[in-house]
Amino acid sequence: MAEPILALKNIKVNFQTLDGIVEAVKGVSLDVKAGETVAIVGESGSGKSQLMMGTMGLLASNGSIAGVADYRGTNLVGLPKPELNSIRGRKITMIFQEPMTSLDPLYTIGNQLIEPIMHHQKIGWDQANARAIDMMKLVKIQEPERRMGSYPHEMSGGQRQRVMIAMALANDPDLLIADEPTTALDVTIQAEILELMASLQKRLGMGMIFITHDLNIVRRIASRVVVMRYGEVVEEGDAKAIFKQPKHAYTKALLDAEPSGRKAPPAAKAPKILDGTSVSVTFKIGGGFMAGPPLLLKAVDRVSVTLKQGQTIGIVGESGSGKSTLARALLRLVPSEGAISFEGKDIAKLDREEMRPLRKQIQIVLQDPFGSLSPRMTAGQIVTEGLLVHEPSMTSRKRDQRAVQALEEVQLDPKLRNRYPHEFSGGQRQRIAIARAIILKPRLIVLDEPTSALDRQVQSQIIELLRNLQKANNLSYLFISHDLAVVRAMADHIIVMKDGRVVEQGTPDEVLENPREPYTKRLMAAAFA
Amino acid sequence: MLRYVLRRLLTAIPTLFVIVTISFFLMRVAPGGPFNQEKGLNPVIKANLERAFGLDLPLWKQYFVYLGNLLRGDFGPSYNLPDFTVAELFAAGLPISLQLGTAALVLSLVIGCAMGIYAALRQNSWIDYLVTAVATAGSTIPTFVIAPVYQIIFGLLLRWAPVGGWGDGTFANKIGPVITLALPFLAIFARLMRGSMIEALHTHHIRTARALGLSDYSIIVRHALRGALLPVVSYAGPAAAALLTGSIIVESIFQIPGVGRYFVDAALNRDYTLVMGTVVVIAIFTIAFNLIVDLLYAVLDPRVRYE
Repeated sequence: MAEPILALKNIKVNFQTLDGIVEAVKGVSLDVKAGETVAIVGESGSGKSQLMMGTMGLLASNGSIAGVADYRGTNLVGLPKPELNSIRGRKITMIFQEPMTSLDPLYTIGNQLIEPIMHHQKIGWDQANARAIDMMKLVKIQEPERRMGSYPHEMSGGQRQRVMIAMALANDPDLLIADEPTTALDVTIQAEILELMASLQKRLGMGMIFITHDLNIVRRIASRVVVMRYGEVVEEGDAKAIFKQPKHAYTKALLDAEPSGRKAPPAAKAPKILDGTSVSVTFKIGGGFMAGPPLLLKAVDRVSVTLKQGQTIGIVGESGSGKSTLARALLRLVPSEGAISFEGKDIAKLDREEMRPLRKQIQIVLQDPFGSLSPRMTAGQIVTEGLLVHEPSMTSRKRDQRAVQALEEVQLDPKLRNRYPHEFSGGQRQRIAIARAIILKPRLIVLDEPTSALDRQVQSQIIELLRNLQKANNLSYLFISHDLAVVRAMADHIIVMKDGRVVEQGTPDEVLENPREPYTKRLMAAAFA
Repeated sequence: MLRYVLRRLLTAIPTLFVIVTISFFLMRVAPGGPFNQEKGLNPVIKANLERAFGLDLPLWKQYFVYLGNLLRGDFGPSYNLPDFTVAELFAAGLPISLQLGTAALVLSLVIGCAMGIYAALRQNSWIDYLVTAVATAGSTIPTFVIAPVYQIIFGLLLRWAPVGGWGDGTFANKIGPVITLALPFLAIFARLMRGSMIEALHTHHIRTARALGLSDYSIIVRHALRGALLPVVSYAGPAAAALLTGSIIVESIFQIPGVGRYFVDAALNRDYTLVMGTVVVIAIFTIAFNLIVDLLYAVLDPRVRYE
């Protein structure tokens, strides 16, 4: 095939930190040819992003790069800024993981699209404007002329990522580097963006480097795969061959980490734990002095849920579908209408004070394991905090024993309990959050996207842990997720939500193997295509 | 937008009303009155004076009389400077304080922001450390130290400028007061600007701009500075209100006949009408500048545009 567009030779990226020099990339070589998609796969911290950031001269100020990045005869490493700027944004472009923050919030979409076109192609505003509108059409944004005047905050994450792609392609680049471009998006949108990128790449004949941790995406889009770990390439080759016959143990482990297994439903006569009938939540938006009446938004619209002992109900839906709000309403954390009972007791009318004894029975584990743990408390203090509230007479010795027990249950070394959250990895932090929940011996745990922020491998360990804890303690779970693969492995009953309503529900087989609603079908196609 | 401005101006009326009411009664809670003197005034004369100014009426009646006068734009006579009305005092002093305040505001904004931006672009260089040091010094050294030091060096030793006085507003007379007024604010603007600029330069959309190969000018001025100005703007509002209504320390040390002295002097002398006049003027400035800040915010940041 043709000459490579970009050839990296022995690239090293170092960061100067307070703890000394951190080697993020330790001598990586790879190349990309025209019309080819190379996926760089690895967990967070593998150096896959820093490799490309370094190549593009976008490292943080404490970072440095060495090696050769040969773009059609020009070495990008150490290239003076004016020359580098004639290549980046024109010949090599990038899109990033964070569609919500990667556009400047203070300028219109049109303004931001036109600027790089005028800058690189040295053409007037009229021509650049026409080109920008063409690009908006190319990335399939509805009503492109009107959207040119929109601000980023007026667009959804998917639309913004389309705009980012339009910006990246506007100057006909040879190479597009996409750094986890779909990770922050809902699954159905993810599928649309991937499809768009694949088709554009074919049409424009450019090379593409796709940085991701998601093997499903690699399978769908890449022709060649580079697997990275600890700043080094561990395996490289044709995508199909690697999926069929991974050579390196780490690649095998990555492939095995796809969630698997099923959960058996609870016994038919298992007692009801939580029963919500026709639960609705309405949010008020705006209103106030001289501003007119507020807008009413029905976040949850007459939803009924019955959770039995030992059961896991998976609540599935895109962001904004009301799945988290529903869980919060069932726990009486947001005001709602409708009947809610917990273990046969009507809790819909209880006030905060009356709810408190019940809180011990109902625990919640949230998505962001970092944000939900206080950075100023040790793991031990975090885990035992609930005991201070619910069992105030307990001695500190006894509390410590319970902490050790709980940490052992979540398979975390109890010796680590005097460390602070930032000293743990993402998976370990989520174990701490789970320990904090189970130490109170609850009957019900709400798991709100507990594995979404984790790498696949860590994810499968946490799923395993949650399943074992459930079996051992006869727990009931409300499992909220947008990741159907995880839900299939965890839940014995699935509720699909859209716009605050339940559109479909049933066993995983009924819902996932045989989806009836078009919305569920779309979710399925996106997740398992 | 116009609707928003009208709404804000309408809500300013109850705000002013509450401020006037609370200040009026707070002032009267303080012991003594405008005609209590150390030597003791003849009780008959004092009673006559109080009758003349309506101070013998029940308090609630005085309040409504004052409110009625205020609505007609009448701030009343000054009790301690009986040759002048409060309005006349402000007509004489406010232009002077406004001139000095405006000059100090412009000076501190321009130089402070420039220093902050430069330091942010050269983060952790010696220039950055210098700016940080100057900013820290500027905000910690009190004006009653800066002013006399200026007077000694430039007034007495070098004789480049007069030590004090207004001198019909000649340029040389204004330098000292303006610098003294500006320095603490300049320091704060520099620090704010540096911090928000550093933050702005680390945002994701700046990374996008760099990845698109845009020029440094566009990245720094168009994309980073505009967002970084927001915190500076929100501090500049109250700062402007404070600067334009005069400073007692600066005006006392430099012997400037502005309005800054009125508040404290009048409060100490129980010059009720002058205190109330000062309260109203400061309140109007504060409300006006807060509105201007909110409007500027809307200009700078489309996410807070008002319906």
